[in-house]
Amino acid sequence: MAYATETPKENFRLSMLIYDTRFRSMTIQIVVLILFGLALSWLVNNTIDNLAAKGKTFNYNFLWVRAGYDIEQTLIPYTNDSSHGRALFVGLANTLLVAFVGCILATIVGVLVGVLRLSKNWLVARIMTVYVEIFRNIPVLLWILFIYVPLTEIGPEPKDFKVTQPMIDALAIEAQGGTLPPDAVTTPAASKVLFDTVAITKRGMFMPKPLLERPLGSFSIGDFTISFSVLAALAVVAASIWVNAQLRRKARVVQETTGVRPTTWWKSLLILFAPLVLLLIAMGFHLEVPAFPVTEAGVSQGFNFQGGFTISASLLALTVALALYTGAFIAEIVRAGIMAISKGQSEASFALGLRPGRTMSLVVLPQALRVIIPPLISQYLNLTKNTSLGIAVSYLDLRGTLGGITLNQTGRELECMLLMMLIYLTISLIISVGMNIYNQSVQLKAR
Amino acid sequence: MKKTVLLATAAVLAAGVAQAGTLDDVKARGELICGSNTGLTGFGAPGADGTWTGFDVDLCKALAAAVLGDASKVKFVPTTGETRFTALASGEVDVLIRNSTWTFSRDTELALDFVAVNYYDGQGFMVKKDLGVTSAKELNGATVCIQTGTTTELNLADFFKANNMTYTAVNVADDSEGQRQYLAGACDTYTTDASGLAASRATMADAENHIILPEIISKEPLGPVVRHGDNQWGDIVRWTYFALLIAEEKGITKANFEEIAASTTDPEVKRLAGLEGDMGAKIGLDNEFAKRAVLAVGNYGEVFDANIGESTPIGLARGLNALWTQGGLQYAAPFR
Repeated sequence: MAYATETPKENFRLSMLIYDTRFRSMTIQIVVLILFGLALSWLVNNTIDNLAAKGKTFNYNFLWVRAGYDIEQTLIPYTNDSSHGRALFVGLANTLLVAFVGCILATIVGVLVGVLRLSKNWLVARIMTVYVEIFRNIPVLLWILFIYVPLTEIGPEPKDFKVTQPMIDALAIEAQGGTLPPDAVTTPAASKVLFDTVAITKRGMFMPKPLLERPLGSFSIGDFTISFSVLAALAVVAASIWVNAQLRRKARVVQETTGVRPTTWWKSLLILFAPLVLLLIAMGFHLEVPAFPVTEAGVSQGFNFQGGFTISASLLALTVALALYTGAFIAEIVRAGIMAISKGQSEASFALGLRPGRTMSLVVLPQALRVIIPPLISQYLNLTKNTSLGIAVSYLDLRGTLGGITLNQTGRELECMLLMMLIYLTISLIISVGMNIYNQSVQLKAR
Repeated sequence: MKKTVLLATAAVLAAGVAQAGTLDDVKARGELICGSNTGLTGFGAPGADGTWTGFDVDLCKALAAAVLGDASKVKFVPTTGETRFTALASGEVDVLIRNSTWTFSRDTELALDFVAVNYYDGQGFMVKKDLGVTSAKELNGATVCIQTGTTTELNLADFFKANNMTYTAVNVADDSEGQRQYLAGACDTYTTDASGLAASRATMADAENHIILPEIISKEPLGPVVRHGDNQWGDIVRWTYFALLIAEEKGITKANFEEIAASTTDPEVKRLAGLEGDMGAKIGLDNEFAKRAVLAVGNYGEVFDANIGESTPIGLARGLNALWTQGGLQYAAPFR
């Protein structure tokens, strides 16, 4: 203490900001900060000036104006009378749908291919190598188009499913025992598959729609309607999963004390599915099969199937292409993860008498996850961002509605682009945070 | 110090945002940049050798001839329905001559100027003959292919709503994709401007199996577009176009212009030929700009007949686009 007070007091000189290492780093940081601030203010200024020069304003009022255009594939109710804001949400839901389904499919494909690529079976391993190299090294836009064009070119049109008057006439002649001319047609050129419920056409897949005869009602928050039936079903599923977890915990306790694991599979099945099935039966669950409206004589009317729901060719192509493309990258990540686990782990596991399948699922993969998760996050983010390529196949996602038609019809380029960037950023950050939390749960815990 | 930097920045900005003077830019560049279609046969499409031809393309060439004295000094920038107005507003192109419909919101909100209407059009539907449809009002429940970013999208919604019908929209990016999907059967009908449908039909291998339904569901005045605020440039585009119309009205063609100019006593023809008055100087050009435009591509009727007229595969009748003297709507203000 006494020594410190005797230190000669230095006079501060300006040159010390550059030559004195105590201050230099601070000086550099402040200079960079000022430059950054200037650059930012220049950008903002430039924007304001240019907007003024073009006589344009900056506001988001257009989101409440009638959109006036239609969207082929919608998850939430939408008509051309809805607002641009609602069209934004339709697009957002479409984006999230492709991102969600795509990520799940890509993970399944990736894990399977990654594991199989390490297979001792030479042929299987080589086929997987070819798959990975082909998909990884061709731009994803080409894959999307490559899958989409055949989907819209091959396959029947909806009109090929129609029963026409000549067919009815021909059948009537046949029933009376008459002879048909050789070129007479008695059945439509195409028919539905899967017990006559699903129609696969150039325009997409027409699927049966689940309907409830006695729904539990619904309530609305703003523009959005939430159904009690869906909430009830979700609650039942959650409860079933919780009860099942309890059952498995008890089984484990028994196994640890007695060494014998009680049989639980049929109890699990019962707990998981019986309550949901009962609830659905109680609510009067049935499927509405897509079909053409028919006249009394049985002739099909109209251009398209009525009822049911449609998975458009564009949605199908986009999801499959993104899943296969990203799956190839995930396969490599999985392979790297597995190879990062020392061989001793599987040898030890074999020595304990575990079969190869269980070795993989109980010993190797759980450890490999630690290596796999971080790069996997960026693959999920890539897939989510790549959904914006949907515009190439006429899939109206966020880029197609807000960043496409709305932007074009309202002329609010800057507003739409900024809002769209903000939304994509938010989605990506949410995925990133979620995956990071999962990552922490599989990391090595220091005990 | 910070203040000086900001001032300097402001000075740079002031220079950067000055947008007037498209004419000077074009002259300095020695080339006109014309926003055109990505490829619509008859209106604006690149040929196998990369040269552009078409009804809209000829107006670009006439403009280049008027401004630069050489009809070949045009660079065509293909724009889609979605990108065209942004390309114009950002200065990427000098003028947009690309089947663009004049509407209130484009004129005001998008800050653009439609200086003329070079083709009066309306939206129609094309269907395959074997669909058995003879009127657009029978299209209830149909799947419709439609180009995104166009007025046709909004007309379609209005037409189906007004007639109490429903439809499924397949939004395609451009004309070629629309045609592909329509031909593949991914949609029952393809809708766009009737002229565009005729052009598309002309390129189909089995044109006789497709019909254009009689209903025209909208007004689509198509014309050249420039940016708001540069009125001189707007005047140049407008009067170059009017020169072609007046030439037709006066019976002046590419072939007989020199001859008529030498012998005429009509003061308006003399002004058009640059022999009288100082019309050119008033819009920053020389006096022969109108003559050069007509000599480069011919009069309006010649341009029409050569690209989309009844003798071409597209086979459009003059209809609304006949001169006002022949019962049409094409009418140029007096050249005086």
